[in-house]
Amino acid sequence: MSATAAAPESQAGRVWARFRRHRLALAGGMVVALLLASALFAPVLAPQDPTLLDTALRFRAPFADWHFPLGTDELGRDTLSRLLHGGRVSLTVGLVAMVTTVMTGALIGIAAGYLGGIADTVLMRFVDTMLCFPQVFLLLVVAAFVPPTLVSISLVIGLTSWMEVSRIVRAEILHLKEQDFVAAARALGASRARIMFRELLPNAAAPILVAATLKVASAVLMESYISYLGYGVQPPLASWGNMLTNAQGYFDTVPWLAILPGAAITLTVMGFNFLGDGLRDALDPRLRMDP
Amino acid sequence: MAEPLLEVAGLQVHFPIRSALLRRRIGTVRAVDGVNLSVARGETLALVGESGCGKTTTGKAILRLIEPSGGSIRFGGEDIARHSQAQLAPFRRRMQIVFQDPYASLNPRMTVGGILAAPFEIHRIGDARDRADRVAALLRTVGLPPEAARRYPHEFSGGQRQRIGIARALALEPELVIGDEPVSALDVSIQAQIINLMKRLQAELGLAYVMISHNLAVVSHVADRVAVMYLGRVVETAPRETLFFDARHPYTQALLSAVPEPVPGRRRARQVPQGDVPSPASPPSGCHFHPRCPHAMPRCAQEAPASRIVASGHAVACHLEAP
Amino acid sequence: MIGFVARRLLQAIPLLIGVSLIGFGLMHLAPGGPLAVYTLNPTIQAQDIERIRIIFGLDQPIHVQYVKWATGIFSGNWGYTFFGGRPVLDVILERLPATLLLMGSALSVAILLGLSIGVLGAVKRYSVFDVLATTGALFALSFPTFWFGLMAIFVFAIELRWLPSGGMWELGEEGNILSLLQHLVLPTLVLALVITATWSRYSRSAFLEVMHQDYMRTARAKGVPPRARLLRHAFPNAAKPLIALLGVEVPFLFSGALVTETIFGWPGMGRLFVDALGMKEYPVLMGMMMFTAIFVILGNLLADIAIAAIDPRVRLR
Ligand SMILES: Nc1ncnc2c1ncn2[C@@H]1O[C@H](COP(=O)(O)OP(=O)(O)O)[C@@H](O)[C@H]1O
Ligand code: SF4
Ligand SMILES: [Mg+2]
Repeated sequence: MSATAAAPESQAGRVWARFRRHRLALAGGMVVALLLASALFAPVLAPQDPTLLDTALRFRAPFADWHFPLGTDELGRDTLSRLLHGGRVSLTVGLVAMVTTVMTGALIGIAAGYLGGIADTVLMRFVDTMLCFPQVFLLLVVAAFVPPTLVSISLVIGLTSWMEVSRIVRAEILHLKEQDFVAAARALGASRARIMFRELLPNAAAPILVAATLKVASAVLMESYISYLGYGVQPPLASWGNMLTNAQGYFDTVPWLAILPGAAITLTVMGFNFLGDGLRDALDPRLRMDP
Repeated sequence: MAEPLLEVAGLQVHFPIRSALLRRRIGTVRAVDGVNLSVARGETLALVGESGCGKTTTGKAILRLIEPSGGSIRFGGEDIARHSQAQLAPFRRRMQIVFQDPYASLNPRMTVGGILAAPFEIHRIGDARDRADRVAALLRTVGLPPEAARRYPHEFSGGQRQRIGIARALALEPELVIGDEPVSALDVSIQAQIINLMKRLQAELGLAYVMISHNLAVVSHVADRVAVMYLGRVVETAPRETLFFDARHPYTQALLSAVPEPVPGRRRARQVPQGDVPSPASPPSGCHFHPRCPHAMPRCAQEAPASRIVASGHAVACHLEAP
Repeated sequence: MIGFVARRLLQAIPLLIGVSLIGFGLMHLAPGGPLAVYTLNPTIQAQDIERIRIIFGLDQPIHVQYVKWATGIFSGNWGYTFFGGRPVLDVILERLPATLLLMGSALSVAILLGLSIGVLGAVKRYSVFDVLATTGALFALSFPTFWFGLMAIFVFAIELRWLPSGGMWELGEEGNILSLLQHLVLPTLVLALVITATWSRYSRSAFLEVMHQDYMRTARAKGVPPRARLLRHAFPNAAKPLIALLGVEVPFLFSGALVTETIFGWPGMGRLFVDALGMKEYPVLMGMMMFTAIFVILGNLLADIAIAAIDPRVRLR
């Protein structure tokens, strides 16, 4: 129903808006699929060895030489090959971090939501406390102290970003646990563990899936940022973040060295965000439209 | 009379009312405020009362799905009101419940087969093959095809879902089943089918029922005895015929006058209760019914009436019955 | 109202204790303790490390260290830097103005812009403008802030040469307001991008919600003109979720400021944090964790109080 006379909401406009959302989600999904495929097949797709250096071939421009389709960097390494292998690293970290985030968040959210009482109070106070720290601060402090390996980086990102997920899952569980199918399970004598993981968890799948998709985006972003600052993926292993660190030194002369990895990060983050946004619309009307 | 299967005495369930922000306790909902009832083996007791009077809470508290705040629940002679979950385990097989809403009572993410196998998994009965056979047998018992096991709850109608809920309740071969308005969410045409199914199962399996309803007419076919509830308390208990022909409590009389022709040929003046149902968060003093009662006396506002046996199996909680 | 404020203040205390425990724990959970990194540094002698350990009390039991540190925090003694031995609180406070300036200018730009976009989008829902704005916000939220900063430097500082690429003043021009403003433009733009997107989305949904309420229909039926309806009826009611947003946004603001400051060499707290990280200055890092957390708690507190001031019903709960 239209709210003000000044704003008649046309039917066509509404349809367009809905279609656009789906189109964006669809595009996001396709981008994600392409990225995953290119990461998976990076060794096959990459025209060169990404670590092979040849200073005679420094700073080749993109699209000039089909041996180096996107040019070369300050050490003569092939940019396309480094982008593909870097994508592999970034997506691996993104996915492992997401799994860590979702598992931690879901576990804490379910426990707090279903057990209630003191467990709920203690866990949620812990979440509130963790949320008092700006995420980048928390992440950097921990990242700076652990020896950077792909696993440790993923774990650090995952373990500093699960709080939101636990809140989402807890809210969902609070709503679900009042339903009679849970009472039925209790009447049958089901254990708490069975109720939490067999009855409740599968019903919270939709918001968890949405959160998981969005968390890949933020984990990729975080990885690129800490790698850019030097606390993440270490050279010679390429990641989009540490490619940017090097490129910054040659900004005025060879800007594409900074443009390409940044564009790759942006594309990835957008792909997962749009997909997640579309999934939210499609799966969970109650979550719709909160920013 | 032999010892009853279930005997509930002085059952109370109080819910705290908490402030939204600080979660401080700012009041109490006395949803169940001293309920007495008993059920014999193989018998059907109807628990009747207006919506919100505490029937569901009573039923769930008996099964310890909601923690009772006071009173005793004797099942097979043993008071289970304060049993731990471990102590309750053997009783879980003996008492079951069929819920009011057939949509909320089946896990939407489980197949019907999974839902019906759960009781056997939880109690470690049989292996996978054996459980599949048992599920098929349960489905047959409630009149559903064995293929139903592979499908999800949303693929079934309300009546079919209620059959699944009944099958689940019967899986562990209980002695008592609490039916919490099992047909009130169904189409009238389906209601009779489900009631008849439950009656048939009772005859075959020797079940005792507590049939909860807000509608006297529905329970009049199935009940052996009827307990009438008002605002957290049972005000009158009587054998079915006695209740319909010789109701003593003013509230029961008012309920009966609102029932369209409960028994053909009976005549009585219509006495619709006046005023709204008070809230269980601030129940009236003394007899909870006194603000709406046409016979209220000064004493009624001061003193809660005790339950008195007025005839065999007929108990009334009203000062009019005072000696 | 006073009771409400007092209650909320009391509730902040366990949060503060939790924050200090986590902040302290993180530093000491680092493998080998806070001084481990120095043992790997060949330019630092073993006896120097031992000296630092004793001066900073790192040889004492951990709970003694915590109690000392935490009581210090609450009494204004935040400890001293490993290098230079300056009071940590001074070091932090000295960077505060630059950060507040950056956050303030970015927040003002973002709120002004985001609110206008959101309200316009809500009033003309599903118009071309609304669709472009909501899509644009979605894009902006996916932009990596630090890369956006690098690109802004590339375009506006290197290619177009319109604006300086970093720092707060031109060398030798410290105190020149014009120079400061020039240096402020790009960091503000970068930090404001994501906040603008968040604000436009939030205010759009807040206004859409409000516009469907009964009192808006009543006002319309009574013939109140659209502009007055928006200003007098919609705004006060949509303000509550937006004030709450302001409260919860504080940690994001700090995170964003940190990223922006490192890109632009803006001499604020974020820059300090990254520098301290590089030097493993535990006292400074711990201090900054506490400092930002206190800001976050204060932000939520003030937002709650502001909401309670607008809506008396909140106080009663
Ligand atoms: N979990 C709960 N918390 C607070 N009040 C409740 C809760 N469950 C039920 N109530 C209240 O208890 C009263 C009885 O509810 P219920 O047992 O569902 O009634 P009935 O089944 O007879 O309709 C109602 O006033 C209801 O609002
Ligand atoms: S006790 Fe009094 S008020 Fe209650 S039902 Fe009997 S007569 Fe009415
Ligand atoms: Mg009920």
